Amino acid sequence: MCGFGGYFGSIRDAEALLTRMTGAIAHRGPDEQGKFVAPDAGLGHARLSVVGIGDGQQPMSDETGNLTIAFNGEIFNYVELREGLLAKGRRFRTSSDTEVILHLYDEMGEDCLSLLNGDFAFAIWDNRHRRMVLARDRMGVRPLFYTSKDGVLYFASEIKALLKVPGVSAEIDPIALDQIFTLWAPIAPRTAFRHIHELEPASVMIAAQEQVTVKRYWQLDYPHRDAPPKITNEDDAAEELRALLTDAVRLRMRADVPVGSYLSGGLDSSLVSALAAGMTPRRLQTFSVTFDSAEHDESAFQTKMASTLGTYHRAIACRAGDIAGVFPEVIRFAERPIVRTAPAPLYKLSGLVRQAGLKVVLTGEGADEVFAGYDVFKEARVRRFCGRQPASHMRPQLFRRLYPYLPGLQQQSVEYLAAFFGAGNAALDDPLFSHRPRFKTTAAAKIFFSGDLRAMLKGYDAAEELASRLPEAFSLWHPLHQAQYLETRFLLPGYILSSQGDRMAMAHGIEGRFPFLDHRLVEFATRLPPEMKLKGLVEKNILRKVAEHVLPTAIRERTKQPYRAPEARSFVGAGELDYVRDSLSEASIAAGGLFNARAVANLHEKCRTQPASGFRDNVAFVGILSTQLWQKNFTGQEVGAARAA
Amino acid sequence: MMVTIKDKVKTFIVDNFLFGDTSYELADTASLIENDIIDSTAVLELVAFIEDNFGIAMVDSDIVPANLDSLDRISSFIKAKAETLAA
Repeated sequence: MCGFGGYFGSIRDAEALLTRMTGAIAHRGPDEQGKFVAPDAGLGHARLSVVGIGDGQQPMSDETGNLTIAFNGEIFNYVELREGLLAKGRRFRTSSDTEVILHLYDEMGEDCLSLLNGDFAFAIWDNRHRRMVLARDRMGVRPLFYTSKDGVLYFASEIKALLKVPGVSAEIDPIALDQIFTLWAPIAPRTAFRHIHELEPASVMIAAQEQVTVKRYWQLDYPHRDAPPKITNEDDAAEELRALLTDAVRLRMRADVPVGSYLSGGLDSSLVSALAAGMTPRRLQTFSVTFDSAEHDESAFQTKMASTLGTYHRAIACRAGDIAGVFPEVIRFAERPIVRTAPAPLYKLSGLVRQAGLKVVLTGEGADEVFAGYDVFKEARVRRFCGRQPASHMRPQLFRRLYPYLPGLQQQSVEYLAAFFGAGNAALDDPLFSHRPRFKTTAAAKIFFSGDLRAMLKGYDAAEELASRLPEAFSLWHPLHQAQYLETRFLLPGYILSSQGDRMAMAHGIEGRFPFLDHRLVEFATRLPPEMKLKGLVEKNILRKVAEHVLPTAIRERTKQPYRAPEARSFVGAGELDYVRDSLSEASIAAGGLFNARAVANLHEKCRTQPASGFRDNVAFVGILSTQLWQKNFTGQEVGAARAA
Repeated sequence: MMVTIKDKVKTFIVDNFLFGDTSYELADTASLIENDIIDSTAVLELVAFIEDNFGIAMVDSDIVPANLDSLDRISSFIKAKAETLAA
């Protein structure tokens, strides 16, 4: 795990630029730095040594010197790929997975991507064809951004490295801001930075003198909703899934350093930790976050699971005010405004792993997308159920069962429940049916946008743009698969794996590994009939079956508790930090120009006096504060006399 | 000039749910849910406001969109409830 940056084109002072670029992302690779400069191409690399510690220095060239790679991530099946290459007579100079990519690319060009099982982003300078090849893993675990300036292509693992390029500056993209305040994330290739783009997951960019092409080498696909299911026996399916998951964990335990595991106390991370504990000769180290608010805390389940597995367990407490304390750093690493605080505790958690001396952790992330764990899937099913009998007074009561942790909803009448969820009057053939309520309630926070920003965005609709990006076959899929596609293709790479995942872990030089996002397992899950994933209103049904005989019943049968963190109330009240007050002051908001200063002042006051603010108010508070911090950090624009904690 | 029930409710909604944004044209018949002005927490705030300011105790069956989802509906509901109490 590492970070890299580079360029393709003719520039001056290449060495100095590469030094600045890798310096900006040194947190991703604190162990070593390296540079490669050729006529019209350059690569810089910051290395976190995990595989091939002694001989995996980068950028790495092949023995002819024609191919040079800078690589971030891991190829988990490199051992098998290496054996195949050795059998063909290929000779290796190192024990690293990096060299395996070089040989495969030499043999197959970009077609080699289909053989890689891993989380990766890389750049290969192909001197034979005078082209730069950039590629990213299927699910979007590892990041890769690019921009062009004066005919030169620049790229890097994080945007802060691109901001070191002369003439490249930070400017908020208003469309991206609208997307974040509707969908929670920009729609790639768009980023929060105007003129800076993201290479989409499962994509390869080939930049040559004549042209730049981007193509996808893998697609998330689901069967036709009326096609007879290929998998019909649930026991057999669970057995196959158990084998796949076990192998996915086994491959991700490969490292020349100890591998730990996050343990939230839920089904997914417990299952991963249980499998990992059985594979390591050492005592597995596990890590978790605890909260002092009962509605967010899962420590009882974490302790139970750690004790069952006999792991060496450490927890870090996220107390009132802790989120505010790290939030400016969270935004600096996330490199975008965010509307939820959930990345902040994960920032603290990766710091704990670093303190423990580990570099690599497994996580349970991805299972909720792949096996239908999120509430949004159940909610969509209940809304469809209500839509079939719009006059029913019984059906909307199911919404209370879905959200036992939302007191505001528990107290609502059936009529209000139906109205809030659009039950009964929503178009059942709407491609975004499953996510409309979330998008709508999030977008309600846009009432705080300034008149100027509204004018710039006039006529723009983020949800419609999302709908326009859906594949042709989307309308032929089962509604659950449509909802899973929206989560897996957009929110997973756009928010979960980036703002909560890679960026928060790499802030402390920690590599997260995601067994549930092994592409073999993802592809298998797409072929499962919907009812094997969401059985009635029981989420991740097939995974619970896999967990039989592995996890305690109390863990296996738990209803999913969504990972959430305290929102606006983390920032206000006694002990409010100076930067919060300064960032949200009328002068700061007016200087930023993006929000209505008077309305934000009223929101701030309301959050101070009414701690139980609703969803819209929390989204608005966190979104506005993070946007102000983003502006201050990246554009240097003073938001009042802001002083980050 | 006399402040009407509707005026008082409108002021409350503008202050608390539109955060003082008077540029928003809140029509008397506009749905508060459809226009993203209130969410489930805001409904409870609205109920507390009505009870505190108009001397009305609202039972569960009163808390429905038919009574509360627009300025017109809220105003009519409060008047009808007050008349019932006075009778």
